[in-house]
Amino acid sequence: MDEKEEVTFEDAMKRLERIVETLGGGNLSLEDSLKMFEEGTELCKVCNKKLDEAEYKVEKLMEKEGGELSVEELKVGE
Amino acid sequence: MNKPRVTLMDFLHMKKDEDFEEKLSVESEKVEEKIEEKERQHIYSVQEVTSYIRHRLDEDSVLSDVYVKGELSNLSQPTSGHLYFTLKDKFSELRCVMFRDKNRGLKFTPEDGMSVILRGHISVYERRGSYQLYVDELQAEGIGALYLAFEQLKKKLKGEGLFDSKYKKPIPSFPRKIGIITSPTGAAIRDMLNITKRRFPHVHILVAPVAVQGEEAPGQIVNAIRLMNRVNEERMKIDVLVLGRGGGSIEELWAFNEEAVAREIFTSKIPVISAVGHETDFTIADFVADRRAATPSEAAELAVPDKREIERNLSSFELRMQQNIYNTIEYHRKRLESIEKNILFRKPTERINQYRQTVDEIKRTIFAATTHLVTLHRKSLQALTGKLDALSPLSILDRGYSICSRLPDGKIVRSIEDVSVGDVLTILFTDGEATSEVKEKWTKKKK
Repeated sequence: MDEKEEVTFEDAMKRLERIVETLGGGNLSLEDSLKMFEEGTELCKVCNKKLDEAEYKVEKLMEKEGGELSVEELKVGE
Repeated sequence: MNKPRVTLMDFLHMKKDEDFEEKLSVESEKVEEKIEEKERQHIYSVQEVTSYIRHRLDEDSVLSDVYVKGELSNLSQPTSGHLYFTLKDKFSELRCVMFRDKNRGLKFTPEDGMSVILRGHISVYERRGSYQLYVDELQAEGIGALYLAFEQLKKKLKGEGLFDSKYKKPIPSFPRKIGIITSPTGAAIRDMLNITKRRFPHVHILVAPVAVQGEEAPGQIVNAIRLMNRVNEERMKIDVLVLGRGGGSIEELWAFNEEAVAREIFTSKIPVISAVGHETDFTIADFVADRRAATPSEAAELAVPDKREIERNLSSFELRMQQNIYNTIEYHRKRLESIEKNILFRKPTERINQYRQTVDEIKRTIFAATTHLVTLHRKSLQALTGKLDALSPLSILDRGYSICSRLPDGKIVRSIEDVSVGDVLTILFTDGEATSEVKEKWTKKKK
């Protein structure tokens, strides 16, 4: 149950979109372009990794007596 | 009662006149009395009386839109498709007709003995001279009450602003965790899990199993929404909640029309997608949720993006970036090349030599120009000297002239007037001098 994420997938995708746009604009110095390209490539990697993590997980949320939360794996009868 | 009373006579006359409304308003009591007098003696046709009765009924504001409850009897539906029946209670009966276009939308088949609530208007079927209820809506009585409750609650919550679009939270496009509140056994949960898994297999799904119908359902749903929000706050972020169930009758869907459920959806910090029943089922939950999905399957599609689509986007991003950076680098390379090609870069001394050459050239030009100038001046000097020589008195002496000056003052003699007899003159020759005395003089006669 990882609480904190360096970059959310959503933010990464948004940033990536911006980068692609800015790079396409062609108003950057070579250094900035390269920096952006590097960042974009890194973001692509991160996004792809996140996509490939493939941890499809289904859990069941219940409230125990006394109000305690309980989360357990859910088996769905087909 | 402020409307002037229309008598039967008026009605008939006015009908003929086709000027009904106008005459109504200009009516005076006097006229009314007279006509009433006449009316008692007049003999009307059945049609006239019936038509008048119909007019009176149609005019009535209560009867023009009325809810009536009772029991269905004598139901018949001939091939025309219209539905004829009698609505009755212990004391009275009311003839009713529900035309085909109205009864087509009925979700159930009316049966004799069924308790119903009808909505429609009362009018007269002139051929039979019988009044009847023209039915627009027919509800089984239990459902009718629910329907009323639904309308009332909808109005109330709408008035409170619970449906306002300004409160609608956006549904995140890349959720990591999704809370599903539904029955753990229905087709709905299976559909939702299948679809989410197919579309976005890295999503984490938390299911809060609840009863979705029956007495306990509303309380369980409210509690599940609270639980999800607690988890969201205390343990891990839940990006979106899907609340729903598959199709069912209005009673079966009723939990989603409960005020407590509606308010809990409104309070939820997590955005809620409602997905109750089928396309055509609308519940209060749908109105108050941040997003309505027509079905649980659609809710699953709304909640999670399609992984393949994202992958396509990602690779298109990558491609575009590569293309762009390639272009940028290529552009800079070309610039560099053109700079390198520049002569100064290729041979730094070249430019200096060039300058040197230029300087030489300028020098040469200046030198040539100066020489020319000197020659020119020299030539003019020679010419001047020549002139000067020609003018020199000495050169005149060469040619045989002599200069005469008077002594003792040495004044050059230019005119005979300058000398007198006896003056001593010095004569200057080119090669010497001589002294002479003026013996005599004469003056040339002037012309």
